[in-house]
This record gives sequence, C-alpha cells and structure tokens, in this order.
Amino acid sequence: MQVFTCPFCGPRDETEFHFAAEAGKERPQPAEETSDADWADYLYFNDAPRGPAREVWVHVTCGEFFLMTRDTVTRAVSEVAPLPGRGE
Amino acid sequence: MTGWRHDTAGSRIDRARTVSFTFDGAEMTGFAGDTPASALLASGTRVLGRSFKYHRPRGLWGMGGEEPNAIFDVTEDSVTTPNIRATTEPLREGMALHSVNTAPDAARDRAGVLDVFDRFLPAGFYYKTFMAPNWMRWEPMIRRMAGLGRLDPAQQPPADTPQVNGHCDLLIIGAGPAGLAAARAAARAGREVWLIDEADEIGGSLRWRGGEIDGGDWRDFAHDTKQAVTEAGGRILTGTTLWGAFDHGLFAAWERRADAPDRHWRIRARDTVLAAGAIERPMWFGNNDLPGIMSAEAALHYLELYGAVAGRRILLATANDASYPVAAALAGAGCTVTIADARATAPDPPEGATVLKDAPITRARGRPSVAAAEVAGRWIDADTILVSGGYTPSVHLHCQAGGKLDWNAAVDALVPRPGTSALNVAGAANGSFGLARALEEGHAAGGGTGTPPQAASGDLQLAAIRPDPAQPGRQWVDPQNDVTLKDVRIAEQEGYRSVEHLKRYTTLGMATDQGRSANFAGLAAMAALTGRSIPETGTTTYRPPFSPVPLGVIAGPRRGELFNAPRRLALEALHKAQTASFREYGGWLRPAVHGGGDETDLAQLEARTARETVGLYDASPLGKIEVIGPGAAELLDYCGYVRLSTLKPGRARYGFMLNETGIVHDDGVVFRLSADRFIVSASSSHAASVRMMLEEARQDVFAPDRSFIHDVTAGFVTLTVTGPRARDLLRAAGIPDTVCDDTTLPHMSVTETTWNNRALRVARVSFTGDRSYELTVAARDGPALHAALDTARAEVDGRWIGMEAVMILRAEKGFILVGKDTDGLTMPHDLGWTGPRDKRTDEYLGRRSLFTPEANREDRRQLVGLATTNDTPLPTGAHLVPPEGTRRSLGFVTSSYFSPTLNRPVALALLEGGRALAGRDIGVFHMGETTRARVCTTCALDPEWERLHA
Repeated sequence: MQVFTCPFCGPRDETEFHFAAEAGKERPQPAEETSDADWADYLYFNDAPRGPAREVWVHVTCGEFFLMTRDTVTRAVSEVAPLPGRGE
Repeated sequence: MTGWRHDTAGSRIDRARTVSFTFDGAEMTGFAGDTPASALLASGTRVLGRSFKYHRPRGLWGMGGEEPNAIFDVTEDSVTTPNIRATTEPLREGMALHSVNTAPDAARDRAGVLDVFDRFLPAGFYYKTFMAPNWMRWEPMIRRMAGLGRLDPAQQPPADTPQVNGHCDLLIIGAGPAGLAAARAAARAGREVWLIDEADEIGGSLRWRGGEIDGGDWRDFAHDTKQAVTEAGGRILTGTTLWGAFDHGLFAAWERRADAPDRHWRIRARDTVLAAGAIERPMWFGNNDLPGIMSAEAALHYLELYGAVAGRRILLATANDASYPVAAALAGAGCTVTIADARATAPDPPEGATVLKDAPITRARGRPSVAAAEVAGRWIDADTILVSGGYTPSVHLHCQAGGKLDWNAAVDALVPRPGTSALNVAGAANGSFGLARALEEGHAAGGGTGTPPQAASGDLQLAAIRPDPAQPGRQWVDPQNDVTLKDVRIAEQEGYRSVEHLKRYTTLGMATDQGRSANFAGLAAMAALTGRSIPETGTTTYRPPFSPVPLGVIAGPRRGELFNAPRRLALEALHKAQTASFREYGGWLRPAVHGGGDETDLAQLEARTARETVGLYDASPLGKIEVIGPGAAELLDYCGYVRLSTLKPGRARYGFMLNETGIVHDDGVVFRLSADRFIVSASSSHAASVRMMLEEARQDVFAPDRSFIHDVTAGFVTLTVTGPRARDLLRAAGIPDTVCDDTTLPHMSVTETTWNNRALRVARVSFTGDRSYELTVAARDGPALHAALDTARAEVDGRWIGMEAVMILRAEKGFILVGKDTDGLTMPHDLGWTGPRDKRTDEYLGRRSLFTPEANREDRRQLVGLATTNDTPLPTGAHLVPPEGTRRSLGFVTSSYFSPTLNRPVALALLEGGRALAGRDIGVFHMGETTRARVCTTCALDPEWERLHA
C-alpha cells in the first residue's frame, strides 16, 4: 500500500487517490482545428515512462487535483505540488 | 514406530498436563506445549501424509513454515480447517487431525499404486495429455486425486480478525540472536522497537542450539533485551508471522492468539531490520523423500524443545560443522549416531557418535519408512536419516521489498546485496552464520556502538552439496509437489531453462512451503544441466506471502455485507415496514419490490398501479451535486453536451455528460435554482465520477474560484410521486397549491418552497412518462414526508413501488440507463440526440471526438426499440443478427421487460445502423436459437407524451 501526500491534506493511503492525467499534456486548442491524428494522439497515447514520471492525481477525499512526481519502478514519490496557481 | 519421547528433555512441554488428540482416527496423547508435529514424532508415527502426485508416503521433514509434508485438515468443535501445518500450530485438547490427499488414511492410501506408474507421469504430462476436448472429462478425477485439504463449504469462520495499523521507529523481523542484539542496541538508545517472531517465544535458534552470550546463559540476554524493549516503549510480538513486504514500507503481519481472535497488523516503520535466519537444505539422493528422513536442525529442535527424539539408530548425513552439535545432543539422549560427512576432512566426532569421512549418501531404502542408507557404496542400517545440505538464508522479505541477491561462495548461498532494499539484513539471513557473527551484525543493525555482545563461535565450515542429475534413483527436489531431478532434466531438454519456466513447467517451488527447501535444489540442478553458475541461472521472484496466511485474516471484517458495502437509504427501515425486499442497484441498497410472492408478478402489479393511479418510490440515490458561483454556468456548458447557460432559473433540462472521447458518461437532469446555482442530478451510480469530472474542469480549465462544487446527495431524501393521480396525492398530503398548479410548476421546472415549516424542493421531471413530482427534503425530514405521502397514498389507491417496477416504466418510454442501454462506444447521436452536435459552436468536453471518422460511421450501433409478437420478453443480452444469411452480431438487447400496460413485451437494443432499419425484422440469437423481432422506435407507450400532463 503506497502512501501519497496530498499537498492540502498530508500523507494518506493510496486508496484515497485516483490517477487523473499525464502532467504537461496540453489539450490541443482549438480542438476543432486539430487533425484526427493529433486528436487521437492526445486521447490515446501516453508516455508511460519507466522511471520518473510527472502526473496529475486527485485526492478523491478532498477533491483537489495536484501534481506528483514519482518513480514508476521504485515507486518513490519525489515531489507533490498543487496545480499551478493553486494552493496559495 | 521409531520416534520416542525422552524422559527429561524438552523446555517447552509441561509433562503434568497431557493433551488428547486423534490422527486419522487413532487416539493419541501429547503434552501441553507440544505441536501436532512434536507429539506425532514422539508417538513414533512416521507416515503423516501422501504426496501430491504419486501418493508416496511422506513423513515429518522440518520444524516451521518450510514443512512440505505434515499438513493436516484439523477438526475442532465440528469445524474443519484445511491445510494446517503441523509444525506451527499448538496442540490442543480434542484436536482431530486428518492427513490430506489420502483415502482412507495416510498409512493405507489406495492411490499409492500410482507411484508404480511414475515413469508415465513426468513433468508436463498433464499439459500434454489432458487437453481439450477431453480435458473436461478428466478434470473431476484429477481434482479429486491431487491437491491438499478439503474445504468444508459449511464452515464460515467468524469475520472477527481485527485489522490494526501500527507504527514504530524500528521494526525487527526475527527474534533470534541477530534480532535480539539489534533490539537491545536500539532500545538502549531509546528507540521504539517492535520485535516480531513467528515462534511463540523469543530466542530463535538459541532455543534449541543454546549458547552463552557475554559470559551468561542466552536466556539472561533475551530477558535483558525484552526488558529494554519494553522500557523504551516498544513491543514484542511472538506467534506472529510477518508475511509480506509491500510498497512504501508497508509490512503485513499475522498474529496468532490463543484466547482471542487472531490479529492482522499493517506496520510501517522508520527503519527495518531483517533477521529472519536461515533454513536448512535437504540432500539429494535416491528415495530422499522416505518417511524418517528429516532435517538435522529440526531433529535438534524437537529434542531440545519437546523431548521428541526422531529415532534410535540415526545416520546423520552432512557436509558442515553445524551438524556436529546435533549428533552430540542425540548421542547424549541415548541414540546410536553415525555421521556420514561428505568431506574428506571432518572434525572429530562428539562423544558417543562415530564419523565416516568422505562418505556421501547416495541412496536410502525402506518401506514405508527408512531402514538403511547407502553411504560410500555400502549399506548402513538406520531407522532415521538426518540430513544437512547447508543453509539457505531467508531473504524473502528483502526480495519482496525489491532487494537483489549476490552469490556468496564462502557460505554457498545467495545473500542480500547491500543497499538494494530498504531492509537492513543481519545474521544468518545475511549469510553470516555462527552466534558471534549474528550478534555482531545485529548489534550494528540496531545502531549499537561500542562492543557488541560476545559469544565464542567460529565461522561455519561447510562444503557445497549439490544435486547430481547423473545419480541413479529418484531424487526428490520438491517433495510437496512431487518434483524430481528427472523432471528438472525433462524441463531442460524441452527448453524450459529459465528458472521461471522451470517453475511453471514442473510446478517446482509452487507448493504451500513456497519452495523454501526446493528452490535452491531446482536452480542448482538446472545450473548443472546447462553448465551455468547458480548466479547466472538466477532465482524466481519472491512474492508474498512468506508463509500461507488464512484469507480470513487478511479480509478481517470486510466480508459479506461489509465487503464493498452498498450505500443505504435513510428511510430503509420505513421501506422495510412497507414489506420492501432490498437489492443493490448501482451501489445502493434499494427496494426491489414490495410484499410477498413471485417477484415478477409483484413488479408487474406495481408498474400497472403506477400507470393507473399513482406509484411512490425512494429516489434519494439520485445525485445532487450543487454547482454554485458566477462561473457555474460556463463550467456546466463546458462539461455538458446540452447547453445550460441558456436555462432559466426555476427550470430543468435533460442532458448528457461526455468524456473527452465523446462517449456518454452519464445522463441526467440539471436544475437551475438561481442565476448562479445549479443542481446536477447525476444518475445514482455515476454521482461520484460526475463530481470528479466537474472538479477536474473547474480546477484545470477554468478560474477555480469562480465556482464551487458540492455533492450533497447523502444529505437529502427524495421521494418521487408518479402517475395520473399524483397531483391528487400531493394535495391530500398537504403539499402547497403552487406545486400542484401546472402554470406555476409546469413539466421540467423546479421550485423551492416550504411544507409544514420544512424546506421542500419539488421538481417536475419524469422517469416514467407520467406526471411526476420529485419531492426533496433534508434527510432529517424524510420520515415526516414519507408518513404524509403514505397516508395520502391510501386515498388514491396508490402503491410504493420498487426499482423493478421503475425499470419497466422507464423502458416502456424508452428512457435509458447509461451503462445498461449504452456501452463504452455509445455517443449521444447514437441515442438520437443530435441537436448540440449539429448546432453548438462553442467548445465542450468530448466535442472534437464527435466528428472523427469513427463517430461519422453509418454503421454505428444505435439505440432502437424492438417489438415481438411473442408473449415472452426477449432475453437481455441476446445478440441481434441478420434475419438471413451469415450470422454475425449486429448488436444486442440492452433492456427487456413485459409491459403490463401494453400487455406485450418491450425491449431496447443497440443495433448497427439501427434507426434506418425501423419497421424491418431482425434476428435475435440466444442460446443457439434465432427468433425474430421488429425494429421500432424506443418509445413504446404514449408516443404523443400526453400522460405527462394528464
């Protein structure tokens, strides 16, 4: 059982969290001018790196989305941070 | 009958208290403090079970979790627990032990004849022989003959194992010399230490090997340690198996308790020391599985702790010095002991024993138990053979925690590579054998400074013992799974040379002992056959559990009703009083039907009543997600398929929420209470995910502080009144006139009012196609509303209806349930909702995906209705196929009911290009038969929508 640290609530069991998205993956804008291939790329292709990964997770209990950097091999969490502009 | 009880030896047993038990029906006695294994050993019983495949007689091998043979079904108080390890369970009065995998019992097993056919049953035999289509015929017979204990379906052990979360500063696994030294050093430095051991007392191997520490008896050292740990606020958990190391430093432990339910611990520690010791290896020679062949270490253990002596004429086969104290103790107990040392140079024999040098053991014989051993070419009579093929460090938890291993030739073992796991490994688990080394390493691991505890012992002297695939006779590598050296050879010949393949092809190491005594031999044999070294050959992955743990211990109270517990209605008791029977719908326990009798008939009656007069049902699980603030409208516009910013306050609108791939995630009604306040009435089972999708957009797409999302579902009770006389019922219940007036509250509108000084929200939306009112009050006011509506119900001949009737009513109208009438490919235009896709020009979630080539395909599965001339509803899930020609699935029936109002079945289906097929016949394929149905509109009842206003 992993322990993740919500930037707002502190360390909690992984069962309280959900993966949300790969961090830094921007929604193509304007979407309607995006080609089918680029849109499919955005929807379906993720890096799934082996090693350090930067991801958006949500702490379901408080509802806050946040950034987490963790190692997909060792499972070590190196950093958690609120989404940009949040948490001041 | 060879084992016996010594007159005086045995530190654990209380000779004043005898314990009666039975083994395969025979009456036996032992002493308080015995285990079934020690009592049976002392009784002279040799054959304790039969092997998995060949049904060979098997006897006691070891002393703990590594025991592969002595496994019993245990009956106590008429409850049978399968597969209890005789070595780790305390003996209790009245225990009835049954050997497993035997008929009628271990001594007379009928299937023992199988052993004669061994050459026809090699590794891979099963895979090659029992294949489809005949496999089905063989399976029941194989299942009966193989395997271990029998499960008693009537036995439901109580769900009473407490689940305890524990935290400590230093967790020490194993309370042998290394663990004790670590604990003492850390506790003296003021650290909170938890010391855990599988045995029910601390001391580890000191308990049978004894020893002097710092010039005193080891017991004084253990006592001091215990005191230091307790004084520093620590804890000592004996009889506790630490069975698994998990992510982020979580450890799971099973604590066995005599007078209370077992406990399951989830422990997190700042630091962890692994001092789990080592397990003795067997030796490999012909017939090395005969009863009476035992681990030398175990024989000493049984003698010193229980006074149970393995035999009288003992041959001790070894190649290491650690066996000599065993020989000394047994000779001192009165046994005739001959040491067969495989080494050319061996120590002098202890008093009373003789030693043969350069004397490897090659074969054993005897029936059913051992009678003689072939040593260096000559047969020596022996009623017991003790063996020591070296020691395998217990590195399991280090490896489970991600640690790697290195080959250490000096101790002939794989040892933990430092720094590869978060565990600090000390003592024999680290390949550091001997008391002095264990104390030194333990002391350091506990952070001790200064001189470590002192003991007089040298390093372990040993020669490597290896299985020799060239030797004659059947040599067992894994006794529990009946894997022999020949099977390893076959695996090698057939190309299964990786240890992981070897394991799966031969089942080597897959038994309940987790390959503790088998894995090393398997990989050593494979290394020899392939000409590789042992480190090149590698090891299989170590996975939890370290020892078998009852699933009930892990599950704890999370069983039955508490396993994935459904949510409960605030008014559950009141519905029960209305004779409701309950079932889970979308994670909520809700009334299915009311009254007794056939459920289908009751649902029909309830649905008909709702159409004729009025039906009432509890709609509280409907999501109530408040979206509040100046940014609420733009947030909902973005998250919904249907525009909501154009909705006027006091009005309601039906819509969908799509995910970014354009797939319908949920449907529901959104109410606008005021300019900046909406309620999203998500469907019951999707409320949680809808809230998260709204949150994600609020935080990641918009200015987060312009809106606020609050799921208040659990705080309110919603009762729905539906049917032609719904308004009469409301009036009779004293609901305000403004609610009942169609000019102030028309269809698809909402109002907030009061009723008897209580806040009441009434929405006119309909999931049945009839005039309907959803009445919502705070949960505390639910009983009052329920009572008022129930009293008024009688005046209009209404009924409480359950979800079964609601399902019929909504299907008659073609109202969908997302996830039942849609699947993971359904887009809104597949459901006929093309408006926003065609007209909306602003951006919304999933919009781009509605215009891909895939979304534009003509042959998408579309929602249609199906009519049948048959009286029986179409089977839900039946595939739709072309009425003629080659059969292929064009879709499937999603909802199907008999409509009491139309007096015919109604059905909804997803069908390729379905809407263009209206009026045409389609095949319905189910269980090998094809019937016909006609494609029609989804709305079967009242297509003019007159009932909404009736």
